[in-house]
Amino acid sequence: MNIPLTSQLINMCAALLLLIAFAMLSQRRILSLINLFALQGLILAFSTALVAHTSNQHHLYYSAGLTLMLKVLVLPWVLHRLIRKLNIKWDVETMFNIPTIMLVGLALVIFAFNLAAPISQMAGTITKSTLGIAMASVLLSFLMMITRSKAVPQVVGFLAMENGLFFAATSATYGMPMVVELGIALDVLVGMFILGIFFFQIRVAFDSLDLHHMEKLKED
Amino acid sequence: MEIFWVLGIPLFGGLMMAVFGTRQHAPEFNSALSFCTFVASAVLTTRVITGGPFSIWGEQFFVDAFNVFLVALTAFVGFTTSLFSRPYMRIEQHHGKLSINMLRLYYSMYQLFSFTMLLALLTNNMGILWVAMEAATLTTVLLVSLYRTPASLEAAWKYFILCGVGLAQALFGTILLYFAAEKILGAGGTALLWTHLNEVKTQLEPTVLSLAFVFLLVGYGTKIGLAPLHNWLPDAHAEGPTPVSAVLSGLLLNVALYAVVRSKVLVDGALGTHLAGNLMMAFGLLSVVMAAFFLARQKDVKRMFAYSSIEHMGLMTFAFGMGGPVATFAGLLHMTVHSLTKSAIFFAVGHAAQKSGTQLMKDIRGLIKTSPTVGWGLALGTLAILGMPPFGVFTSEFMILTTAMHTYPWTMPFLLIALGVAFASIFGRMQLMVFGETTGHRLPHPPAMIPVFLHLALVLLLGLYIPPYLADWYRQATALIG
Repeated sequence: MNIPLTSQLINMCAALLLLIAFAMLSQRRILSLINLFALQGLILAFSTALVAHTSNQHHLYYSAGLTLMLKVLVLPWVLHRLIRKLNIKWDVETMFNIPTIMLVGLALVIFAFNLAAPISQMAGTITKSTLGIAMASVLLSFLMMITRSKAVPQVVGFLAMENGLFFAATSATYGMPMVVELGIALDVLVGMFILGIFFFQIRVAFDSLDLHHMEKLKED
Repeated sequence: MEIFWVLGIPLFGGLMMAVFGTRQHAPEFNSALSFCTFVASAVLTTRVITGGPFSIWGEQFFVDAFNVFLVALTAFVGFTTSLFSRPYMRIEQHHGKLSINMLRLYYSMYQLFSFTMLLALLTNNMGILWVAMEAATLTTVLLVSLYRTPASLEAAWKYFILCGVGLAQALFGTILLYFAAEKILGAGGTALLWTHLNEVKTQLEPTVLSLAFVFLLVGYGTKIGLAPLHNWLPDAHAEGPTPVSAVLSGLLLNVALYAVVRSKVLVDGALGTHLAGNLMMAFGLLSVVMAAFFLARQKDVKRMFAYSSIEHMGLMTFAFGMGGPVATFAGLLHMTVHSLTKSAIFFAVGHAAQKSGTQLMKDIRGLIKTSPTVGWGLALGTLAILGMPPFGVFTSEFMILTTAMHTYPWTMPFLLIALGVAFASIFGRMQLMVFGETTGHRLPHPPAMIPVFLHLALVLLLGLYIPPYLADWYRQATALIG
């Protein structure tokens, strides 16, 4: 079977994204986590540009540019600034059972591939084989949010989930209409800004960004 | 053009309040902005009454029988809530709970929140609908954490994370919807326009659409507060300022339900089965039953009414799930009356909690003695929400129950027991709070009771008489939803 070089490259990018999703799942240092997130954005932008090149979908170049700006430059910069100001740059989170989390992650990947299989078959895009990976990275980010107990990693998980959704949109349909993509980017940016304020409020009230302190509101 | 004003005024207002929100007359200015939005929406409504549905700006925005009354309702409750928040926030400031900068944030976010809800209602684009819903979450997160107490921060964090994750599911649903639509409508801007999708709904790929609906229902369902995704709702209602609880319960939940029903129309067309309806009935019924039993155990008055909102939203979802002319009509009517009644209750509860200095129901006593209007407002509002005739909630609940009895008799025991439990627990507590010996003290500013009685009067009116054009919209929307 002869697969053109660009599709091979796109598939490799997809594989790298999945690898990064797993790396984020097990990364305990906050600083490295943010760097991984920036790397994920970079690969996402690169693969989007590749898809734009191969499929002649010019609006995808704008999406790729937007991703590069927002997810590789702005958001990681904001996060770096935040952890420096909050003085948690060198924080290491204690996590138990990393092997178990990895195994659950593996199961999620299999589940995602099964869920995506019927949709991939219907897709007419050159990237349809990567839809399973996109869904897997959404689910892995979700798992990451559940397993973390600190505020910043949870937010990185949230942003990584958005990356996964963006990748899903590119692989299934060559991206959403431009106006929607701009809207989503705006939401992400505003959301990050609000969270920035929020981190400081949480720190003032709880003296820490560890969410274990937050278990007062429960049904009794 | 009316749509431009309806959306433009709150957006502009949000920016203005961010600049001038610290001025002494900021509350009046806030009400004036909301009033202008309400006037614009009234003009829009009259245009729809005389000229019928229309769409503008390359069909990016549209008004039909289904969203026009929700726009009017959102603008109206937005306006009355701004009237209520004027004295309420002054009293909170007087009690030292809020600083002037927090108030600026409040007014600015309040206007932007109105904007996002109106945008969600008026847009024709399912993608923009998602963007507006997410923006609505973002604007309310800082409102829920306005007091900066540990509990309110926790509530806001929970709200942000749960609704963010929920809405991410809805985004995936929207991507799938676009994926199915693109094959028929071609790539580009028009493939997500609801009116276009509605025309070709029978040709959309059924497997993709059923998967998309599951994601959309779970996603927007988190925002509606359907069990078991409701965890954020009682916390956000109890810990945020009361005007925010009123608009969350009265408006935001409606807008989320609106998004689900719009999706349901497309999915029903594509599938030709009752799958979407069955899913909605299951989620709705579970929410009604679960909320009723949690209601009975609440100690905090705002939490209790938050659970009551879950119960009513569940009932509406159930009604839309059943479908058919009567149930859908009842669902639309219930959206209207619940929104009016629940916001009125929150207004009364807000002042009651301020008088007693606590939200714990065991410490709120004898409201009718110290301030009869607050007491009567709470008593009448509670009777209305519990479905006592002749209030409008009775009419809609009666229609929902009779249809359920007719088509799905097995749901009756669940619904009747749940409504009975809810009635017993809310009614018993309301009596203790309203009557009896008092512990409350006078408020430093006179309470805003006009909105409460205005809302209750409207609910009473809707119970006795539905204006012909409103009935006509409900019928048209019913034909659309099926």
